[in-house]
Amino acid sequence: MAGVTLSEVRKAYGGLEVIHGVDLEVTPGEFLVLVGPSGCGKSTLLRMIAGLEEITDGTIAIGDRIVNDVPASQRILSMVFQSYALYPHMSVRKNLAFGLTNLRMPRPEIERRVAEAARILQIGELMERKPRQLSGGQKQRVAIGRAIVREPQLFLFDEPLSNLDAELRVQMRVELANLYNRLGTTMIYVTHDQVEAMTMATRIAVLSKGNVEQVGTPYELYNFPRNRFVATFIGSPKMNMIDAVATSGTAAFDDLGALPIAAADGPVSIGVRPEQVAIGGEGELTAEGTVSLVEYLGSEIFVHVRLASGRTLLAKADGKAPHKLGDRLPVAIRRENLHLFDAAGLALPRAA
Amino acid sequence: MADATLAAAPLSNTREIARAIWAEKAKRARRAALLKHLFLIGCSLIMIYPLLWMVASSLKPNNQIFGDLSLWPSEFRWDNYTSGWNGMSVSFSTFFANSLFVTVLSVIGNVLSCSFAAYAFARLEFTGKNIWFALMMMTLMIPYHVVLIPQYLTFLNLGWVDTYLPLIVPQFLAGDAFFIFLMVQFFRQLPRELDEAAMIDGCSAFKIYWAIIMPLSIPAIATAAIFSFIWTWDDFLGPLVYLNDVKDYTVPLALRMFNSQDSVTQYGQMFAMSVLSILPIFVFFIIFQRLIIRGIAMSGLK
Repeated sequence: MAGVTLSEVRKAYGGLEVIHGVDLEVTPGEFLVLVGPSGCGKSTLLRMIAGLEEITDGTIAIGDRIVNDVPASQRILSMVFQSYALYPHMSVRKNLAFGLTNLRMPRPEIERRVAEAARILQIGELMERKPRQLSGGQKQRVAIGRAIVREPQLFLFDEPLSNLDAELRVQMRVELANLYNRLGTTMIYVTHDQVEAMTMATRIAVLSKGNVEQVGTPYELYNFPRNRFVATFIGSPKMNMIDAVATSGTAAFDDLGALPIAAADGPVSIGVRPEQVAIGGEGELTAEGTVSLVEYLGSEIFVHVRLASGRTLLAKADGKAPHKLGDRLPVAIRRENLHLFDAAGLALPRAA
Repeated sequence: MADATLAAAPLSNTREIARAIWAEKAKRARRAALLKHLFLIGCSLIMIYPLLWMVASSLKPNNQIFGDLSLWPSEFRWDNYTSGWNGMSVSFSTFFANSLFVTVLSVIGNVLSCSFAAYAFARLEFTGKNIWFALMMMTLMIPYHVVLIPQYLTFLNLGWVDTYLPLIVPQFLAGDAFFIFLMVQFFRQLPRELDEAAMIDGCSAFKIYWAIIMPLSIPAIATAAIFSFIWTWDDFLGPLVYLNDVKDYTVPLALRMFNSQDSVTQYGQMFAMSVLSILPIFVFFIIFQRLIIRGIAMSGLK
């Protein structure tokens, strides 16, 4: 088990820099999820940790060893790929044993580890099959098996669940979480799916355009986003964002009224999560609007409320709520549920 | 018109309508299939006729070969084979052994060296990669006859003329751009994540080539092997230029010896030996063509 320390890590292809000096500390035994929209550099960062991608500048240390020049095979880590990358011409058993054979490990030890992995992942009856004879979920298990037989000090996952169908993804998510609890090894997991990130992570690092926007526990990111990007990226459906202009300590919002805030004069914005837009409730900000769309999800509904100015607020309500298209509804937002951002998109303190 | 009746038919009869449509469709498909097969059989007869003519001629007496076009000999002259085999000062056993020696080494050389070069072009990074690749592709456009003389002079200076070296050594130097190109294209479509997984699994560049890329490229390797075998086995010009001693002759050169100016050409014997000479190609093709199919099925990439 080892931690990972990234210091001022940069990556450029030709003249184009895609990772702009990332500092990141992964503590030993942590499940860190790198999350961000596609093209944010999260996979590149992971591949640099793995040793599959050169580091343009900065250092990466695994444990207390700087690994910039250490080849991938000597970093004592395992990686699970999005496409699984199982060797098509080898049986499951050979796929699992291949890396260990390359290490010239004694045969009984290889057999013990392969059997152990097969037991943990329940793939014992698949051992003689070729990858093409496996379903997506089975391939995924074998890929994870190939990672755990090496007993690495660090696991890397590159969007391992995105090729699976929705049901299997949920199941594998649970299995991966269990595996983590069982092994307790440091894991770095890349995904663009914030549900995966929220449910599995000890801590999440949100990336955007080659920068780390915020690192924190899922709770911190959800409740205390550091900027607008994190606020809208984490949480599904997205946080409502409303722009306003602050003048002498007060921000006036179209439709919703005014609020005293501790911000310098200029444009500001507030964010409020759909579940905190109360239909017919009480709050410092209130408005009335028309229902323009109702999305029914069973246990809950998402109501799109169009306000007088034409802006739409998304509100979450109970699945049994009777709202329907065209209804006139009062909505209210409580002050403590607001996220306040300045013109540059940075979070402002909540208390006014 | 059929559509009109169908449209007008009451919907209660859907089952009968379906049956009628199905019967009509089946009839049309049968007619189309029949025409298609007649056409294809006709074409294949035209193509296979020369081959059958050769086999037939190998069993005819000399005077009948050009006299009649029939494919069925009036009498079977099996001794064309036995006397043809020993018709030269050196027996055909030697010629076949020579051909096999040159061809097998050439196939091994081509497959090994061209796959090395292809792996480098497909997977490794080195300076001037694109320029080297373009240069290699350009050699495809140079006719063999242009390089023949400079090549001959090179081998003459090396003292290799009248040995098999000029025919074999170049095959070990990745000399055939066509095979390299074929393999590069194949290697490129293998997912790079396999290389990366192997890298993490502790493979060197050579081990990735040997343990991952090669086993997955059996279809491309087998294709290259088949072409290499046929081209070397059939090669007439190369052996003609470099081999002087009859004892070193390959089969194509030996066949040419039947056509001498100072005696009557034994066409029956020549065709008999020609028939035998295509058998190795036939066998090799059958074996390696299976490899292609099995390779595609095994890799599960398609």
